[in-house]
Amino acid sequence: MFDVKKIRNDFPMFKNNEYMQGKKMVYFDNANTSFKPQQVIDAISEYYSKYSCNTHRGDYNLSDLSDKKFEESRKVIADFINAKKTEVCFTSGASMGLNVIAYGYQKFLTKDDEILLTEAEHASNVLPWFKVAETVGCKISYIPLNEKGKLTPENLEKSITKNTKVVSVAHVTNVLGYVNDVKELAKVAHKHNVLFVCDGAQSVPHMKIDVKDLDVDFMVFSGHKCIGPTGIGVLYGKYELLDKLDPLMMGGGMNTKFDMCGDVGYLLPPLKFEAGTQNVAGAFGLAAAIKYLESIGMDNISKYECELKEYAVKRLIEEVPEIKIYNPEIDGGIITFNYKGVHAQDMATLLASYGICVRSGEHCAKLLHNLLGTDATVRASLYFYNTKEEVDAFVEACKKGSDFLDAFFA
Amino acid sequence: MHFSLSTEMMREVIMDHYQNPRNKREEKDPSYVSVYMDSVSCIDKIYIQMKVENNVLVDVCWHGSGCAISTASTSIMSELLMGKTIEEASKIMEHYTNMMYGKEYDPDLLDEAVVFMNTSRQPSRIKCATIGYRGVNKLINGDDGNDGE
Repeated sequence: MFDVKKIRNDFPMFKNNEYMQGKKMVYFDNANTSFKPQQVIDAISEYYSKYSCNTHRGDYNLSDLSDKKFEESRKVIADFINAKKTEVCFTSGASMGLNVIAYGYQKFLTKDDEILLTEAEHASNVLPWFKVAETVGCKISYIPLNEKGKLTPENLEKSITKNTKVVSVAHVTNVLGYVNDVKELAKVAHKHNVLFVCDGAQSVPHMKIDVKDLDVDFMVFSGHKCIGPTGIGVLYGKYELLDKLDPLMMGGGMNTKFDMCGDVGYLLPPLKFEAGTQNVAGAFGLAAAIKYLESIGMDNISKYECELKEYAVKRLIEEVPEIKIYNPEIDGGIITFNYKGVHAQDMATLLASYGICVRSGEHCAKLLHNLLGTDATVRASLYFYNTKEEVDAFVEACKKGSDFLDAFFA
Repeated sequence: MHFSLSTEMMREVIMDHYQNPRNKREEKDPSYVSVYMDSVSCIDKIYIQMKVENNVLVDVCWHGSGCAISTASTSIMSELLMGKTIEEASKIMEHYTNMMYGKEYDPDLLDEAVVFMNTSRQPSRIKCATIGYRGVNKLINGDDGNDGE
């Protein structure tokens, strides 16, 4: 499919951190953030060493070059998700994207309206809507998840009332890793004239995304989870909706005119949402990241991650009976688990003492844990640069779960 | 005596307090002061409650959930501070903090809490091993004595 060994040579983190805490370093915290290939690092560095000028601002050639390359980066991203270039706005990440949508759309909501979320959402897809509800006085409701914690189109259909105006859900949930049937969910929402917002933070890095085919109204994602830089992300919106949305940030670079009487004209999308000097280096880096992912192929990436996860789950189930996996059947690279009698944080610390990076906690989806009936879980999340050998090291370390205090006395 | 504590013994004490935490209950008595301790970087969520009479910590209890280190350290702390004056408690907490950061401390003052002497070599666990102490500090002094947290 692709040569993982060769791919790993592109990522300096593997060379520079071959060992962690005295053991071979295994990075299984990719749902949190990802490593960057040299190509991305070079693209960022290229901006500062060869361009360095602001976009949309100068009357000289160098500025024009920054501008062209910045807009080329936008085009690369637009093509990647099958959007138009005018529908791709740069943000600082998925959180900012969701804030822009929630804030910008609240003028269309009244106190009688209802926003639908699920208990599996990341904080960044809950708290902006809480703020809207507080400001407008409208209601937040939760679409019930099925017994496995998954969102189904049937449950969405049942949850929509005449007051529902917005549905905002993750494409792939960050704790359990379920891949929601976004196309079907969007269809249900649109049948009832409800706005459909999709948090793509955990899906865009791992699978082929076609926003036109999915027919989402808005979708957001972060650069850093898909081997791109931190501090850059994307807000996609259907153009007519972006046009209606109020900008969250005001300032230079997003207005056409303003006078002392307060008369202001905004630029058209996407620039309307890009006040202030943009993260130009980040945009260069994100475009390089996307080119890198495309060179491997998103379908290959999905397939590889699923196989790797299945291999890990199979070994854990067969060899470590003390491990409870909460999501064995998902299509993706997220394994959420606990070791019997060992607190998630103690387990994560133990794994760290074996060189393995995982995340323990509520993974920002604090509501879901009421549903799962556990305070905390350990999450191992894989990416295309992980290997079978790393999974083996992980499984062997998991077997030592009951010795968790070893890590404290190491 | 404390210097002869083996790793095995320390481990047993921690496991014992993790599995059978002492003074773990929610107090409804309004004469208790309480504080909720949590953190963005950690999943421990612990409430510390105490009753002070005539400058003495006549009762220290706690509830909530956390890892083995935060549970056991808070459990041991509740026994250690019980019945102490505020000045005595503050001194114990000062020595405990010193132990956390590898500075000089008096093991006799810390009693069973010396089982956490290894924490100074595990900087990522300092937050867990001090959560209860930071809570009591907050109740006594209005801050948790931890810069930048």
